[in-house]
Amino acid sequence: MAIRERMSGNEAMAVAMKQINPDVVAAFPITPSTEVPQYFSTFVADGVVDTEFVAVESEHSALSACVGAQAAGGRAMTATSANGLALMWEILYIAACSRLPIVMACVNRTLSGPLNIHNDHSDSMGARDSGWIQLYSENNQEAYDNMLMANRIGEHPDVMLPVMVCQDGFITSHAIENLELLEDDKVKAFVGEYNPKEYLLNKENPISVGPLDLQAHCFEHKRQQAQAMMNAKKVILEVSAEFAKLTGRSYGLFEEYMTEDADVCMVVLNSTAGTAKYVVDQYRAAGKKVGLIKPRVFRPFPVDELTAALSKFKAIAVMDKADSFNAAGGPLFTEITSAMFGKGVVAPKVINYIYGLGGRDVRSGDLEIVFNKLLEIASTGKVDSVYNYLGVRE
Amino acid sequence: MAYNLKEAAKKPERLTGGHRLCAGCGAPVVVRQILRALKPEDHAVIGSATGCLEVSTFLYPYTAWKDSFIHNAFENSAASIAGAEAAYVAMKRKGKAKDETKFIAFGGDGGTYDIGLQALSGAMERGHDMLYVCYDNGAYMNTGIQRSSATPKYADTTTSPAGKKIPGKMQTRKDLTEIMANHHLPYVCQTAAIGNMKDLYEKAEKALYTKGATFMNVLAPCPRGWQYNTPDLMELNKLAVETCYWPLYEVIDGKYIINYKPKNKLPIRDFLKVQGRFKHLFKAGNEYMIEEIQAEVDKRWEALLKLAGEEA
Ligand SMILES: Cc1ncc(C[n+]2csc(CCOP(=O)(O)OP(=O)(O)O)c2C)c(N)n1
Ligand code: SF4
Ligand SMILES: [Mg+2]
Repeated sequence: MAIRERMSGNEAMAVAMKQINPDVVAAFPITPSTEVPQYFSTFVADGVVDTEFVAVESEHSALSACVGAQAAGGRAMTATSANGLALMWEILYIAACSRLPIVMACVNRTLSGPLNIHNDHSDSMGARDSGWIQLYSENNQEAYDNMLMANRIGEHPDVMLPVMVCQDGFITSHAIENLELLEDDKVKAFVGEYNPKEYLLNKENPISVGPLDLQAHCFEHKRQQAQAMMNAKKVILEVSAEFAKLTGRSYGLFEEYMTEDADVCMVVLNSTAGTAKYVVDQYRAAGKKVGLIKPRVFRPFPVDELTAALSKFKAIAVMDKADSFNAAGGPLFTEITSAMFGKGVVAPKVINYIYGLGGRDVRSGDLEIVFNKLLEIASTGKVDSVYNYLGVRE
Repeated sequence: MAYNLKEAAKKPERLTGGHRLCAGCGAPVVVRQILRALKPEDHAVIGSATGCLEVSTFLYPYTAWKDSFIHNAFENSAASIAGAEAAYVAMKRKGKAKDETKFIAFGGDGGTYDIGLQALSGAMERGHDMLYVCYDNGAYMNTGIQRSSATPKYADTTTSPAGKKIPGKMQTRKDLTEIMANHHLPYVCQTAAIGNMKDLYEKAEKALYTKGATFMNVLAPCPRGWQYNTPDLMELNKLAVETCYWPLYEVIDGKYIINYKPKNKLPIRDFLKVQGRFKHLFKAGNEYMIEEIQAEVDKRWEALLKLAGEEA
């Protein structure tokens, strides 16, 4: 029997980590993810996990220690946000290229500057090309579920890549919600043991990790890394299917909400999808054919599936809670539109909204503006502005 | 068993000869001798910061390391090995790791005194059961001899060039061994490969087999950066010690022990004059620089004597 609980998104992630019982957790406090290592160190102090908790002196060392721990043959996890993730930047790439399936709880927060502790996606979006798998979570339940699936995905022999599980800082990390937890033994059986083929602690077969890798081989290694990311898609679907059997909760590469007969669609990540669903319901009640797509997997980017799903709409708004400062559009938008173009999906009109930067509230009224615009575009076929800002004083 | 170089050298090399460090480089001599102090039956997980040692010993697909080795980045050798050690502790607890394993992190002076100081301080303060070794060649050699905080005053480097107005590096060197001693670790030492390398070997053995976080600062001359004759490596080590530029000492649980007190402390000019990086100090009118360096060496040596409860 699943366990019904009420807890915050941070606690949900920490509980998932407790149930996974990794060998090493190395983390450094930063709002809003601080509670994750706090909860976890309580589990360590109470002896309910076997983990070594390494209270490092910086996030750079947190991820560096995770690299050492995972290369040694252990399971390593960390948690961070914003500037903490930025301080890890250098090592994000090294973890990925070294094919170390570390798992990170990334509680999304605005990347400085200016200094701001509230939610947007500038931290994880900036890390989108670091080689990590990225899973996004709408609510506490999804944050918990994604954490439970992360090890299985990353550690698959066809993948061997680190995984970042993202949820919205404060909005879900600090909000108490109902959720269903799995029993400890079921998590243990589902996640399984980590038995890497090669690892530093193996005296019988010592290895060297992290070479100087020049022109003769580096490109091949990068190509293999790229292949691993391609392979991840299938693995994510397989693991998610197995998880659905266990829990009844199904996850794909993205969620479609009311899209079947929709004329227009909003694409939005994480918690804003919750608000957007509410608005979709209202519009549907008024007979307006609006729908929503919420990407769960941003890395690997589900090019085929997403472009196929988007091809059926007349107008699409891609919502970015991060700006690229490229004078062209946010990261999700540019990625989606280039994918559509590449796949020959050019019929839908696509616009972009940068929203919610620095934790600016996103209310249903804001999203109504977007849906109204989309409905107007669908009926007129005219786009007056592609790259837009929502909810900002100009 | 008493130390015997011949016996120690009979042990199989744990860093093979297939590396690309320059002839006359101090680093491989230091690393080999430290690894000789490992019990043959013990496995080692060894890390190195980016730098000459790392790039010359592990160029894909070849590794010169017989033990397990990890290079992560420039500033995080300590944190990476700390993580490996933490995994070992947890896996031992779970019965997944059984072998006796030793953890050693190497870093150059750049990777230790400068960019890696924070990670080093953190790992040592947390008390991981590991040894950190700084091989100090007094500059960023791998990137072409730039100054570090370990570079001695007035040395000519590519970012502290001896110019017409500014005669080389204008600051004195950081005393990292003291900084580490003030972390109150169970074992901290400063050593160099002199004579039959007994001092280096015995300190490595103590550092490796003292439980907790231990630190060794080892002089590792660099013929390119210091501009000395390649065969003179051991002479350079000796002069550094005989002038008290690089005193041999250890701090065991807070107690200072000076391992070698030269009977005739040589003048610092003997150490400086064999190195091209100090050649401008020997031009007429620059005598004050040598005097100043001498005064600094004397001051630090006397302070050390005091710490050890000895009088000059
Ligand atoms: C973050 C970062 N900054 C700079 C570098 C470039 N870099 C590589 S090795 C090195 C100097 C190494 O100096 P040191 O630690 O003294 O080792 P040595 O080469 O002298 O043995 C530098 C500056 C780097 N790899 N990473
Ligand atoms: S440059 Fe100096 S430190 Fe680097 S390998 Fe050559 S001698 Fe050794
Ligand atoms: Mg150096």
